[in-house]
Amino acid sequence: MFSWLVRRDLILAWRRRADVLATLFFFVIVVSLFPLGIGPEPQLLRAIAPGIVWVAALLASMLSLGRIFGNDYQDGTLEQILLTPQPIFLLVLAKMLAHWLVSELPLVIVAPLLGVQFGLSQNTLSTITVSLLLGTPILSLVGSLGAALTLGLRAANVLIALLVLPLCIPALIFGAGAVDASVNGTGSQPWLLLLAATLIVSLVFSPWATSAALRISVE
Amino acid sequence: MSTQNINWYKYAAPANFYPLAGKMVPWFTGVTIILFIVGLYLAFVVAPTDFQQGEAYRIIFIHVPAAWMGMFLYVLMAIYAGIGWAFNARLASMMATAISTTGAIFTFISLVTGSLWGRPAWGVYWVWDARMTSTLILMFLYVGFISLQSSIDDPRRADRAGAVLALVGLINIPIIYFSVQWWNSLHQGATIRIASKPTMAPTMLAAMLVLLGACWVYSIAVVLVRVRCIIREREREAPWLAEAIV
Repeated sequence: MFSWLVRRDLILAWRRRADVLATLFFFVIVVSLFPLGIGPEPQLLRAIAPGIVWVAALLASMLSLGRIFGNDYQDGTLEQILLTPQPIFLLVLAKMLAHWLVSELPLVIVAPLLGVQFGLSQNTLSTITVSLLLGTPILSLVGSLGAALTLGLRAANVLIALLVLPLCIPALIFGAGAVDASVNGTGSQPWLLLLAATLIVSLVFSPWATSAALRISVE
Repeated sequence: MSTQNINWYKYAAPANFYPLAGKMVPWFTGVTIILFIVGLYLAFVVAPTDFQQGEAYRIIFIHVPAAWMGMFLYVLMAIYAGIGWAFNARLASMMATAISTTGAIFTFISLVTGSLWGRPAWGVYWVWDARMTSTLILMFLYVGFISLQSSIDDPRRADRAGAVLALVGLINIPIIYFSVQWWNSLHQGATIRIASKPTMAPTMLAAMLVLLGACWVYSIAVVLVRVRCIIREREREAPWLAEAIV
């Protein structure tokens, strides 16, 4: 059931490639706007690059959160999924994994290329990739909680951002801190460990809270 | 009469709680006014001038109680919301909704007074240190809770969805509380400890505690008024309400 649900979501996403690509290009455009707005000074760009890449990733993933449960809710699939005898915990985890693979993984792959625009070193680029690899699952985990709470509401998209962004602040601080430490050469390992700890905590609590929220929203 | 004969569940019904709250509001309002007068007199007239910070330190008498109330009320709100969700108790959920606005106001006051105090004490209005950032997040959590509840039309769903959010956000409270110990920051550490002697003058401490009491009683009074409004809104179809209002 777990792998079936992941595969189904991946196929659905593949049939609607444009949605995924739009999110990805939103990320690319937001990151590229900053050098244009601030000015092309290499020193300054290198200093602010970690924060920009991370904030842009955060904003880009807000766009795709509504889709985690939204379409399934509208056509009634979600109700059927919740009626299956499998534990909801696992099903929710499958939805989160699918969302991460579809919407977050492309950002992680593109991010180092954008880092090159900011003149970051080889070492820092790999830190960006590692920090986003650890951090974006947190965005999927926490984000799906927001998506479950706001299911079927008016202005759900704005509300999701309002609920999820404050909860994602630890991930932002640790993730951008890791990249920042790598830029300054002070060692990014402690930041990455904190980020991994945040990931574990949200992995434990988020699927549980999300399934509770789904039951509330669907009943 | 022993306490075991009292039916504690009686006042969990809005129909019984509504008149009780109505009777309690004037008392709490009166106590609030007295405590505020006494507390502000102690704070601005009796308490000595601080030899390092001058008169500017007196913001502490508003700032500290407001910051505490912001945290306490969040915990209280989460507990009420959790009870309302777990035991399907309407009144507890209504209490959570009523508390959220007061808590948000206190958090906002603590942020504003803190930055006004920061200007003379540190030379800047705002620093991105751990305690201020986590208090700002607390403010965002209140805003998220209030806007989530107000955008759900079905009140029972609003109660439960708010409960999930409030309980998840509870993780922020220990972070605020311990932030001055965990991170070395500009924000000063706690000066009042239960275990050891406080590191401040006794009159200052007295003023602060009286004002903290005033804020507590004020919160109770305001929350009771607000919960009465919510009861009237939600139970408008109930026959008992028509009798209670007349």
